[in-house]
Amino acid sequence: MNRFKVPILTFVLVCLTGWGVYAVGQKVMSVQVKQGCVRSTPSFLGKIVASLAYGDRVDVLEEKDPWAKICVSGKKCEGWMHVSALTNKKIVLKAGAEDVEKAASSDEVALAGKGFNEQVEGEFKKKNPKIDFAWVDKMEKIVVSQNAMQTFLKEGGVNPEGGAQ
Amino acid sequence: MTNQTRREFLGSAGRWAVLGLGVGPVLSALTSGCSNAGSLSTLASNAGSVMKVSKAVSKSFQDITPEQEYYIGRTVGAMVLDKYKPYNNQKAITYLNVMGQTLAQASDMPETFGGYHFLLLDSEEINAFAAPGGLIFITRGMVRCCTYEDSMAAVLAHEIGHVQHKHGLQAIKKSRLTSALTTIGAEGAKAFGGETLSKLTQTFEDSITDITSTMINNGYSRSFEREADRAAVTILKRVGYDPNGLVDMLRVMEQKLKPGGSDFAKTHPSPASRIEDIQKSIGEYAEVKTPKARKKRFKRTLQNV
Repeated sequence: MNRFKVPILTFVLVCLTGWGVYAVGQKVMSVQVKQGCVRSTPSFLGKIVASLAYGDRVDVLEEKDPWAKICVSGKKCEGWMHVSALTNKKIVLKAGAEDVEKAASSDEVALAGKGFNEQVEGEFKKKNPKIDFAWVDKMEKIVVSQNAMQTFLKEGGVNPEGGAQ
Repeated sequence: MTNQTRREFLGSAGRWAVLGLGVGPVLSALTSGCSNAGSLSTLASNAGSVMKVSKAVSKSFQDITPEQEYYIGRTVGAMVLDKYKPYNNQKAITYLNVMGQTLAQASDMPETFGGYHFLLLDSEEINAFAAPGGLIFITRGMVRCCTYEDSMAAVLAHEIGHVQHKHGLQAIKKSRLTSALTTIGAEGAKAFGGETLSKLTQTFEDSITDITSTMINNGYSRSFEREADRAAVTILKRVGYDPNGLVDMLRVMEQKLKPGGSDFAKTHPSPASRIEDIQKSIGEYAEVKTPKARKKRFKRTLQNV
């Protein structure tokens, strides 16, 4: 009986490993932020090689927590994204009745623009002119480049211990 | 508005929320057709789905999408800015944003829908607010509790911790979430008027009031504050700041806080108890180690704030 054990175990192991690789290769995720940066290396220090839009689907090629190496089918786009910019859910930008049903009964689908969205905010502003969003808009326009951050750290003698993930 | 009391502020905020949210979905239905032509034709059939949706899976704050979190955060931010005026010092704002965004990248949630952004508030109060999604506000009174850049970084990192752990969203009462995230979660909801719309409006109003009243008036639970302090220590260590900066800031704050005040004295656990918790992870306080250049630029940028 023992002589069968090793080949069976090996077979099971190969299957499991093989499945694992297959599964990772098949993983598809969605960009869940307004602008998803794709970088050349799994680090915020990596050069930005592409920018993806909210809802874009990406194929996950490799995972290196908290980074995922992705590519976009049909596009010349391969690189690393931080997992906090991605979701397992499919983000539906134009929802039909079927999507609504799906979103209700499963955790696999999310509807873009649901609930509190741009239009709701627009109406909110119109009805409440006293609430001023001007500074909120100004805040959002403050963009800091990776270079500026690196210079800031260097000039202040701040030495990251793996800080820039 | 500066003389408005917190209660008045929250009350009026709630009314604005009702007005805005009540009409929002209707306008949404009208305007979304421009960019989403296909969805209008399906509105009627979606109506049935919405009813089913409201009875569907149990939802929690984790089901609020980053996109919705972003819009909730923008409104919460606008409400903070209705109570407090921004402190328009470009040099200081840039400094805080470079520091803050650097710290955010070292957090466990470096990417949010609209990103992290920081602003100073022109107030003597010792206070700081983190709206969902990453809009962070720091009062001048809070800046004055910081002797070192490391302390300033600790304040920002603590607020980033609140965003990372979605403490703002967790302030929304769970009982509301089922209806808020399910009924509202359907595109078809836009087609509704009357009773459903008023129900949606009420739920939104209540959710936003939950956040602002917790964040501004009552404060988070002690465990949330502890969680944000722990996140701050982790972020500071990852970036290379001295976590003793957090303890130093709390020591200064303890001296400055006025008992019975409406700022951190009311909304946060006592600095002493926070220090006690923090020291469990970083050990006894040691004087903040900060290089001369860092000390100099901190003073240069924020000494007059």
